[in-house]
Amino acid sequence: MKLWLEKQRYLIDYTLASLARRKARNLGLLLVYTLLVFMLASVTLYTHALRQEAARVLASSPEVIVQRMVAGRHDLIPPGYMEKIGRIRGVQKMEGRLWGYYYDTVTRANYTFMVPAVSVPANNEIIVGPALERSRGLARNNGVTFRSYSGKLHSFVIAEVLPQASELVSADLVLMSEENFRAFFDYPVGHYTDIALSVANPQEVRNVALKLAAALPDARPILRDEVLRTYASIFDWREGIVLALLSAAILAFGILAWEKASGLSAEEKREIGILKAIGWETGDVIKMKFWEGLLVSLTAFLVGFVAAYVHVFHFAAALFEPVLKGWAVLYPRFQLSPHIDGVQVATLFFFTVVPYAAAVLVPIWKAAITDPDTVMRG
Amino acid sequence: MIFQPAIIALLLASALCVLGLAASAPFAFEVMRRWDIRSGSERQLQLERRTYLFSTLLTLVLGLQLAAVLLFVFNAEKMSGMFVGAMCAVGTLNVNAFGFPALNAKIAVFFLAAMWLAINHVDSRAHDYPLVRIKYGLLLLMAPLLAASAWIELQYFLGLKADVITSCCGSLFSEGSPTLAAEASAMAPLPAMWLFYGSLGAAIALAAWHGLGGGRSRVAGYALATASATAFVATIAGILSFVSLYIYEHPHHHCPFCILKPEYGYQGYWLYVPLFFATAAGLAAGAVQPFARIASLREIVPGFSRRLAAIAASGFALTAGIATLMIWQSRLMLLAQA
Repeated sequence: MKLWLEKQRYLIDYTLASLARRKARNLGLLLVYTLLVFMLASVTLYTHALRQEAARVLASSPEVIVQRMVAGRHDLIPPGYMEKIGRIRGVQKMEGRLWGYYYDTVTRANYTFMVPAVSVPANNEIIVGPALERSRGLARNNGVTFRSYSGKLHSFVIAEVLPQASELVSADLVLMSEENFRAFFDYPVGHYTDIALSVANPQEVRNVALKLAAALPDARPILRDEVLRTYASIFDWREGIVLALLSAAILAFGILAWEKASGLSAEEKREIGILKAIGWETGDVIKMKFWEGLLVSLTAFLVGFVAAYVHVFHFAAALFEPVLKGWAVLYPRFQLSPHIDGVQVATLFFFTVVPYAAAVLVPIWKAAITDPDTVMRG
Repeated sequence: MIFQPAIIALLLASALCVLGLAASAPFAFEVMRRWDIRSGSERQLQLERRTYLFSTLLTLVLGLQLAAVLLFVFNAEKMSGMFVGAMCAVGTLNVNAFGFPALNAKIAVFFLAAMWLAINHVDSRAHDYPLVRIKYGLLLLMAPLLAASAWIELQYFLGLKADVITSCCGSLFSEGSPTLAAEASAMAPLPAMWLFYGSLGAAIALAAWHGLGGGRSRVAGYALATASATAFVATIAGILSFVSLYIYEHPHHHCPFCILKPEYGYQGYWLYVPLFFATAAGLAAGAVQPFARIASLREIVPGFSRRLAAIAASGFALTAGIATLMIWQSRLMLLAQA
């Protein structure tokens, strides 16, 4: 065992020295390789962080939301509807929610107006989200006027600005009292936008949804798990698409690696010839080349991955953000929490090191079977 | 659902493996027909040179298969969030009929690959390549298996539909359902423990016997391979029947996959990784025994086999030790003293 280790150590020593002798050539390949790892790792790290963020945000949302459908469109919950649902076993709490969208012509953005369940603002006071604060230059105790859909002007005083930490969910939020909300949107009395149900036991959620669908055929229950699953698949799908697009880059890299490995310089050929003349076997040359590939791969992988980590978590993935995140006028600013996932590192390894290994295999072999006499004579 | 990064990577690896094998098949035929080590002809020289290319290629392909098993399970575990009813890898694998066959085929290919690589290793160390024909013959036998495994995997991934309601480990490994896995789960803890520790102990003892004898005893080599296969099955049965219960601290949760979840600190990998390596080493030790009498391998096989035995013994010991530690630390009482 010790002998084997020693042998590998000498091989690595030799390989390092030989790599250093051809710096310019190897650095070029290393640079391209690192860049490839960097791009792929940025995509995977970023989507994974987004997935985590979505899961974290949704963790505190209600388990089931019930919407009423009329002719396939979302409609208001009429009075008496909640009574019809009645008491379903497993449901801890049921509440009607009031919320709606408002298009602000000043900022040309949509706001979400909502009546919170707890800590409702006083009449004619509102609580606004951080993105709204930025876009309209508002501060606490400022007044703001919105023109409602009926044409009337409504003025509010800003009681509070929501903290930055919750920005992903609260960027475009405007919280107001129920009375203000109904007056602003001319919302009919006793109507609600939808109903939120809290279910304590996660295994009961599906049963609750089934019972709801049976009791109210026009209701559409939306499960939190389904929303989470949808988000996860969307981000995975986007990631997959970007990776599939980048596969052209992987292919190009494979070709480059092949070219680099097969274009042996005369000096290199001589070197291999001399090695074989002094007793190296073909297997040893292949091993030496294998170490060369491994060292280059690991260096590129490590540097590329660390660079991607910095790019995603310190520079907010500036390069891929528009494709992967989606787009909105009032897009929340948020800091992603750093997270590395084992599956992703493994996947990334498959995407980069395996194509490289496959591409350099034949050139390495061709170099290794060189006959010493032909090279040295030539 | 083919646009999942890990799925793309796995399919890429499978495609590469099948391509690699397809590329080496004609060469394998040629070697089997024309190989003659005593000849100095141009053709023989060409063949000898090409064996280097193809053994490197196959080492890469089969090594990739070893890594792919891990990624496959990793990924099944991770995707469980996307299917209704799935709570761990079991749910993901149950989404369609190809899930578990794909996993089993991958595990089978893993062990076959390990054995082939062992034969390849001893062959390439002998000066006259005595096993070259056998090696490539075996490869031709393995190629359809590998292609089938890749095909099942592709069917499985193509058939992944997010709207399928799958069943979770609770229903598959519950004691009432009529599957083989359920039979194993239903085994009472005490006999399962005997089987678990007995088979692991036997495998360790045989590995020690084989290793301490310098790897020269062929009977011990075959016995080690048999014991390794038995220990693998018994350990999986033991994990189903009682080790998982101790980890979950729940008397009816028999799932062998949930222990891979972060909630349980990825403890499962500590059990499975040594188990798989030990089994592979044990099987490989058996696989090289038929060739121990060939003149040029007489000095090579025992030494290599001894090393494999050492890996097998330490792997199985590690598995047993880790399982015992998990049981020790658990707060579940499965066997109350009468």
